Amino acid sequence: MGKRAATCCKKVTAKKEYRSQPMAVPATLSTLVVLPFVAALLIAAFGGAQRWVHSGLAAAGSAIGLALILSVAGPVIGGDILSVSAPWVPAIGLDFSLMIDPLGLMFAGLIFGIGLLVVIFGHFYLADGEATGRFFASLMLFQGAMVGIVISGNILLLLTFWELTSLSSFLLIGFWRHRADARQGARMALAITGGGGLVLIAGMLMLGIVAGSFDLMTILQSGDIVRASPLYPVILILILIGCFTKSAQFPFHFWLPHAMAAPTPVSAYLHSATMVKAGVFLLARLWPVLAGTELYTGIVTSVGLFTMLFGAWAALFRHDLKGILAYSTISQLGLLVMLLGFSIEMAAVAAVLHILNHAAFKAALFMTAGIVDHETGTRDIRRLGGLAKAMPVTALIATIAAGAMAGIPPLGGFISKEMMLYETLEISLFGLPWLVPVVATVAAALSAGYSLRYAWQLFFGRPRDPEPQAKAHDPAAGMWISPAFLAVLAVLLGLAPMLIAAPLVTAVSSAVIGRAVPEVELALWHGVNTALVMSIIAVAAGVLMLWRHGTLLRLYEGVRHLDAKHLFERGLGMMDAAVRKAIMLVHRPSLQRMLFATFAVVALVMAEGAWIGGGSLTGTREGLPASPVAIFAWLLLIAATIAVLLNERQRFRVLIYISVIGLIITLGFIHLSAPDLALTQIAVEVVTILLLLLALNLLPKTPPVLSRPSRRWRDGMLAILGGLGIGGASWAMLTRDPGQTISSFHLANSYSGGGGKNVVNVILVDFRAFDTMGEIIVLGIAGLAIYALLDTTSRGTAGERLRTWQEDMPHSPESHPVMFVMATRILLPLVLAAGLFIFLRGHNEPGGGFVAALVVAIAFMVQYLASGFDWTDSRRRIGEHFLIAAGVLLAIATGLGSLLFGANFLTSAFGYFTLPLVGELELATALLFDLGVFAVVFGAVMQTLAQLSHISQRAARAHAARSRASSAENGA
Amino acid sequence: MSVATHLAIAPVVIPAIAAPLALLMMRRRRRVGVGISLLSCSAMLVAALTLLVLSMDGTIRTYAIGEWAAPFGIVLVVDRLSAIMLTLAASLSLIAMLHAVLTRTDRDGWHFHPLFQFQMLGLNGAFLTGDLFNLFVFFEVLLIASYGLMLHGQGPARLKAGIQYVIVNIVGSSLFLIALGLLYALTGTLNMADMGLQVAAIGPDDQGLLRVAALLLATVFAIKAALVPLHLWLPRTYAVTTPAVAALFAIMTKVGVYAMIRVVPLIFGDDAGAAAWAPAPYLMPIAILTAIVGFAGVFVARSLSEQAAYAIIGSTGTLMIAVSAWQVDSITAALYYLVHSTLSGAALFLVADVVARRRGSHVDHASPGPVFAHRQLAALLFMAATIATAGLPPLSGFIGKLMILQSVADIDGWAWGWTAILATTLIGVIGFARTGSAIFWKSEPAGDGPSLPLVARTDMVAPVIALLLLVALSAAAGPATAFMQDAAGQIMNSGATVRAVLEKG
Repeated sequence: MGKRAATCCKKVTAKKEYRSQPMAVPATLSTLVVLPFVAALLIAAFGGAQRWVHSGLAAAGSAIGLALILSVAGPVIGGDILSVSAPWVPAIGLDFSLMIDPLGLMFAGLIFGIGLLVVIFGHFYLADGEATGRFFASLMLFQGAMVGIVISGNILLLLTFWELTSLSSFLLIGFWRHRADARQGARMALAITGGGGLVLIAGMLMLGIVAGSFDLMTILQSGDIVRASPLYPVILILILIGCFTKSAQFPFHFWLPHAMAAPTPVSAYLHSATMVKAGVFLLARLWPVLAGTELYTGIVTSVGLFTMLFGAWAALFRHDLKGILAYSTISQLGLLVMLLGFSIEMAAVAAVLHILNHAAFKAALFMTAGIVDHETGTRDIRRLGGLAKAMPVTALIATIAAGAMAGIPPLGGFISKEMMLYETLEISLFGLPWLVPVVATVAAALSAGYSLRYAWQLFFGRPRDPEPQAKAHDPAAGMWISPAFLAVLAVLLGLAPMLIAAPLVTAVSSAVIGRAVPEVELALWHGVNTALVMSIIAVAAGVLMLWRHGTLLRLYEGVRHLDAKHLFERGLGMMDAAVRKAIMLVHRPSLQRMLFATFAVVALVMAEGAWIGGGSLTGTREGLPASPVAIFAWLLLIAATIAVLLNERQRFRVLIYISVIGLIITLGFIHLSAPDLALTQIAVEVVTILLLLLALNLLPKTPPVLSRPSRRWRDGMLAILGGLGIGGASWAMLTRDPGQTISSFHLANSYSGGGGKNVVNVILVDFRAFDTMGEIIVLGIAGLAIYALLDTTSRGTAGERLRTWQEDMPHSPESHPVMFVMATRILLPLVLAAGLFIFLRGHNEPGGGFVAALVVAIAFMVQYLASGFDWTDSRRRIGEHFLIAAGVLLAIATGLGSLLFGANFLTSAFGYFTLPLVGELELATALLFDLGVFAVVFGAVMQTLAQLSHISQRAARAHAARSRASSAENGA
Repeated sequence: MSVATHLAIAPVVIPAIAAPLALLMMRRRRRVGVGISLLSCSAMLVAALTLLVLSMDGTIRTYAIGEWAAPFGIVLVVDRLSAIMLTLAASLSLIAMLHAVLTRTDRDGWHFHPLFQFQMLGLNGAFLTGDLFNLFVFFEVLLIASYGLMLHGQGPARLKAGIQYVIVNIVGSSLFLIALGLLYALTGTLNMADMGLQVAAIGPDDQGLLRVAALLLATVFAIKAALVPLHLWLPRTYAVTTPAVAALFAIMTKVGVYAMIRVVPLIFGDDAGAAAWAPAPYLMPIAILTAIVGFAGVFVARSLSEQAAYAIIGSTGTLMIAVSAWQVDSITAALYYLVHSTLSGAALFLVADVVARRRGSHVDHASPGPVFAHRQLAALLFMAATIATAGLPPLSGFIGKLMILQSVADIDGWAWGWTAILATTLIGVIGFARTGSAIFWKSEPAGDGPSLPLVARTDMVAPVIALLLLVALSAAAGPATAFMQDAAGQIMNSGATVRAVLEKG
């Protein structure tokens, strides 16, 4: 879908008057999304280039994106909503629709802005020899997906980008692929956030269905309909699961700390402004639709509150710098989620401000952690300390950022935390008005504790381990410039919030809430109020915690903690083991089981069909009187069938009984006046029995017992059921009058339309010649497959087995009896003549190409049997492959011939000619077709015969050679 | 009679000529034989695309073979659905054939090219015919040719799986024949459209028989489509066969789905008395079970080809969830997902081969081995193929799944269907992530064993083409779904088909 093909571009003026159109809105919006992907593609294309090419492309992409965002920032903050839409899959309401309002603008700005800083940082951070191409390409993919989420104007499109962030973060977290923790962390993040995304899909689809549209603007205006819908609770919970997994809320938080296996620039990006903020973004985005109900407030507030507390508590006792930051991120996200859960306008404002603050200080902190790691070689806070002397710049930056996180004035974090604490007083959770403020204060205290610990234990006090200390020094400016910028931002957000943040926060808050909020007042000093007291308590308690950290740590470590990762991995492992066992058990390659399933289903559907459909089993047709001969044949048939069952393991005997069954069926055809069928049946019978005899010669004469008696009973019962079903169906069919069938047309038109008096043959070569064409091809393919299968048996294991094959049947001492040889040689021309006769008369009397081919094949088979393979084979002129190929070609060519005369494929033509001596002769194109049939059938049978004989020959020769050798040995 | 009229027969005639020609040529002049085979695949694609374009006007074209009008002779029916299936089959054949030739696996045994062409003949015939017995015949062609292809290259694993494959499917053919016999006894006709008319006149005494026939027929199609519990033959068969053949086989289960979509609305629609929509109530639970079993297999399989085989089962289950609703929208979704899952299944088999050919004794097992040639590229291909197969954005699987979810939203049991589709997606993603990270991320230092094979990158051409087609299917999802919606409309409005088949000709 070309982005240029944008067909419509609408500009919604939300609250202010019509303003001057920003130029080329569709192009700007599309570029914003496309840009990162193009950058990723370019980086991948120049994968072998130097690092600065990769980082340069990534930086350029981010910078252009940021510039574009800034270029539209004025109008958007002013109240314009820019949008562009082109249909993608109209059938499901998925449009390529983009929209920028203040909320999207803020997030897109953060994504590009922090992205640019991270790219700069990453350029200097990554070691030589790292796959920078792969790194920056993945980073840009991720950036594109994130931008897509925040500026999608269609929720299905949003879902598309949502899952893309899961996929691209998988690549980023697993960047150091040789490390097991990176692989596990990546997989876990994918499973949790990707899985949450799938749940989100269900919720969003329902939301769209209830709202009647997948267009975001329409949905945002359908809040009342959605909240009134009986599906609302389901929709809410599904969407919340999606948001909570992405934003690492309890109990889905555990993937986040393990995502720290990623290179630090990735962590700085994913966990400050992007990935984890996607959940918060969506909560804010759908605030007008979902928020405001008791259910919403209850769930979102309590989950956020608990996560904030839990994350902060855990962060206090991490020793890995990134671990501290990971849990602090979880806690801070909890704070945001909680604020949005309050469903109060001013809480939403606080959330918006805190999103900005958190993005700034958290990215800076991750980068400083990265710098410390880079310069000292460790991230273990227990081995570090007093680094301020060795790396003053880093220390300054990190301390400012940590101060912001702790909520210490005059930094930005203080303002948003104060606002948060103020709003908690408005909320009564579970009917307890004190619960939220108290827990929030405790969490704030813990936050102050871990923030101060991060700064204090890292940079102040005395060094704890001389080794990392020795090499510590400030990095080159390229590495600290990014966090420094963010630290300045954190200061400005506190000192001059009205100047740099207020207009944006006001506009974004209005966008979140869905209507205009009054210009917000952001200031450090609000006078003495409860929030200030809570804030002071929190910071003081934080300092206390830092002072008594050792005691607290012993307390913490004295308690056994659940390792969520361990649980997850073990759960997955157990599931894998159980599922694998089940799958392997069910899919054991057992033919008996496959057939059992098939026949069981057949028995069930026949029973069900008969039961539900009803009707009678026996029809109304008059039966024929049973002659004694017929009864005898019937008894013989049953006896032979039982004999097959009883002699199941005596393969040769089974073959004899099967031939008896075939012969009786032939007799049945004759008895019921179907000479064509009888002729075909007997010919097929002879050929298959002969071929099977050859094949059985090499197989074990008595196969092993395959089933236990119990299984045999089970299978026997099923067989009886199946037999009853099929027998019943036959009975039902045979006792019914055929009624009006297409056969009557065939009977009436056989001579006039097909030029033949034998309707069966005309059906085969004319009315339904297409079927015949298919069937001869089946035979031809069988011939080819048998050749392909058996020609290679002289090699490999099969060849080995053939060479060691033991004769296990007594052989007549005379391998080629003279009488037999002579008789068959005299018989050959006679049978050939008969074959020709059967072939030619086929159109009018029983016969035809198929039967003729079988009869001729029998004549040849008998030659092989009587005179031996070598004698016969050396007198053969035409190859079987040629016969098959030529036969198919002839049949097709006959069919195509009619096209020359303007008729459809396989249209027949016929005429009568008088030849001297022979008399009147009919020539029909069908005869040519039949010749094709003849060639293929004959070729396929001879092919099979030749291949079976070949391997028998080989085996017999090997056997003979071995017995000669052994007798020679005995003789010596 | 113009060329366009006779075009309907081209997809059958082209491979039917190419197969014997290739057979004659292969023994002496290999290259000519290969050329014929490739040419035939291309010609089939051209013919199919032409038919696709022709079908856009909404006309249902019929072609009476031998000029015998329906219902007395056999007619071919070219509507949008057959055009879609023909195009899909031809595209896939070209991809599979290209891969076989480029990797030289076509030389691993006898008669690859003739068997391949015959297989295409069977597929195309099945997609074109309007006659139930003729469908049986083409099922036979398909089965026997696929058996030959399945054994290509041989080895004990293939022989063993092949026996099971062919026996189970021959049982299926016998059941087809029994169902056909019943239907012929009841309706006196073999033409599907005519049968659809005749079933309305069947008396109350015969309703049980009719329903039995309908359910038996559905069972046969379910065996072909590998629906649980009739899927047991598939995993091993597909996992052990030659990759190019397995890629072609990605469409084989879809033949069963196609037959179900073709036959049920036409013959067992509203007028079919006790047999009206007979399999419908069972399809949803079976489809859900199939999706779960398939993706559970993906989750636990230890090699890529095994995963690909289970993914075929799972995607058929997903597809059948949509089919089971029997509405225009759901059939639309099913058709889109059918095209997608065929291509993505094929791509996965081919990527598995790309990996296996480079890893020496580790083949495509999810075990860490030494770093192999073109690992990065192979990883990219694997990721794309698995994203498609699992149904994640931005490829067509995601769009297809969204469509299916929406289309079944208003039928009974939709919540089960939704849960199954989304849960199996996650299970699939985790499974693929695990094997992928084991093969492409984990590595072990090269030991003293034989050094890894050096393989040219030409074997990536075919999977890349398959993946590009998926990209195209995603980008052009709008027009594609619009076309498929029309196709589904034609299918569900059986009256139009009946008129076209029985009044023309």
